[in-house]
Amino acid sequence: MPETTPNAMLEVRGLQAWYGESHVLHGIDFHVQQGEVVTLLGRNGAGKSTTLKTIMGMLKRREGSIKFRGQELAAATSRHIARAGIAFCPEDRGIYSSLTVEENLMLPPVVAEGGMSVAEIHQLFPNLAERRRSQGTRLSGGEQQMLAIGRILRTGARLLLLDEPTEGLAPVIVQQIGAIIRKLKERGYTVVLVEQNFHFAATVADRHYVMDHGAIVDMIPNSEIDAHAEKLNSYLGV
Amino acid sequence: MSIFNIPIQLFSTQIMLGLINGAFYAILSLGLAIIFGLLNIVNFAHGAFYMLGAFGALLLLDHLGINYWAALVIVPLLIGLLGCVIERSVLRWIYDLDHLYGMILTFGMSLVMVGIFRNMYGATGLAYSMPPSLQGGFNLGFMYLPASRAFVIVASGLVCLLTWLAIEKTRVGSWLRAATEKPQLTEAFGINVPLLITLTYGFGVALAAFAGVLAAPIFSVNPMMGSDLIIVVFAVVVIGGMGSISGAILSGFMLGLVEGVTKVFWPQASSTVIFVIMAIVLLVRPAGLFGKQD
Repeated sequence: MPETTPNAMLEVRGLQAWYGESHVLHGIDFHVQQGEVVTLLGRNGAGKSTTLKTIMGMLKRREGSIKFRGQELAAATSRHIARAGIAFCPEDRGIYSSLTVEENLMLPPVVAEGGMSVAEIHQLFPNLAERRRSQGTRLSGGEQQMLAIGRILRTGARLLLLDEPTEGLAPVIVQQIGAIIRKLKERGYTVVLVEQNFHFAATVADRHYVMDHGAIVDMIPNSEIDAHAEKLNSYLGV
Repeated sequence: MSIFNIPIQLFSTQIMLGLINGAFYAILSLGLAIIFGLLNIVNFAHGAFYMLGAFGALLLLDHLGINYWAALVIVPLLIGLLGCVIERSVLRWIYDLDHLYGMILTFGMSLVMVGIFRNMYGATGLAYSMPPSLQGGFNLGFMYLPASRAFVIVASGLVCLLTWLAIEKTRVGSWLRAATEKPQLTEAFGINVPLLITLTYGFGVALAAFAGVLAAPIFSVNPMMGSDLIIVVFAVVVIGGMGSISGAILSGFMLGLVEGVTKVFWPQASSTVIFVIMAIVLLVRPAGLFGKQD
């Protein structure tokens, strides 16, 4: 076993997971320090989203260790993991069509003190205030992404797992989301970000883990990203 | 006074009888719709819980002297609790399996419950005496409205309305809608979805029991009362749209009325008209009148 990392907010060791019969994660190791923004980069199907879902307890069969603030969560249910203080923003944004914008925002229960107030979230995302009575899925793609991020900021969770928050959005919205992630970092949030777009990732992250075939194959600090540009291109196949 | 040569008194009496049937359809299909939405189980035992509700009222009155009004509260609570126990101990094991297993399992449960009551009380109906405050009625000029029937329509309408409000307008209701739409994500937000499922099944079953208590004084109480009704109620749910809350309520009352009106103009067709409508709806709008079309 690799030695543990002291004071890691999240420490994942030897994480394996299966979708039914198919083995999709083959022993993931990575850690995230408190206040860090870390990305998981990789091609489609490399296992990035699956890693986030497995941390959230959403895959039935999993093995290995997931330590959050020293607490072992590998065998916990999704509900307990959320209650421990990890919040998840899924790739499809997970906006409920049977709930209004306001109900979507208020849905996740508060799990710890120190979450943002609704007023603060509305200040961050003014469109959500204007459209609070609309059906959740009537929002534009960008607004839905704002809602998906906004609603987990209310809960007081300090570790945010964001699955491709920029996917399919216009460049101006992508910039806005980048600004929000930097603002969250300033406020001390810890973020694990799944990204396909490493140009975007480089503008927000401290470190990048590169995934391929259900395993972590490299780690690149953001400060060295230019030096490793060629290597990254070959990993990501761009 | 007459409409199409039919005396208005006959017409309005049939409308009233239709509304009463509609009240039962609405409250039963509402319970089925809530359960189907969250559990993905077509609850074939629903008619048996309705029957248990009527017997519950009868037994409470005969053995403990507990009257109709108290039974309207106590019986749904007890049967709802029984529903929670059944969900925890039996239904929980089959959620990962095909819908068919849920139908067969609940159908089997229904046969057991009906069988037990047939064995104990026979197949002929027992009478539940009308509570004194529901005897008599109102003369509306064009028809006579018995108080007991008026009460059924009002009570059922009120319970349906309150249930709709609770689901559509409250915070707990928003959890229920969320868990119905995306159960796994809802759980990943920290909401206790298994508990919601248990309570929802219990509540749906309690609605059936409430309808059973309402039915006790106006229909005969017998073990088969639910089995006869539930087939029509399934047709109502299909017409309204599987899982649609408001659809279940509205189509329940509407189809009761349609049945009543059919009884006036073509009595022979009145017991089939709902199934004819179901067939047409399935052809034209397969997801039901109020269901979401994919």
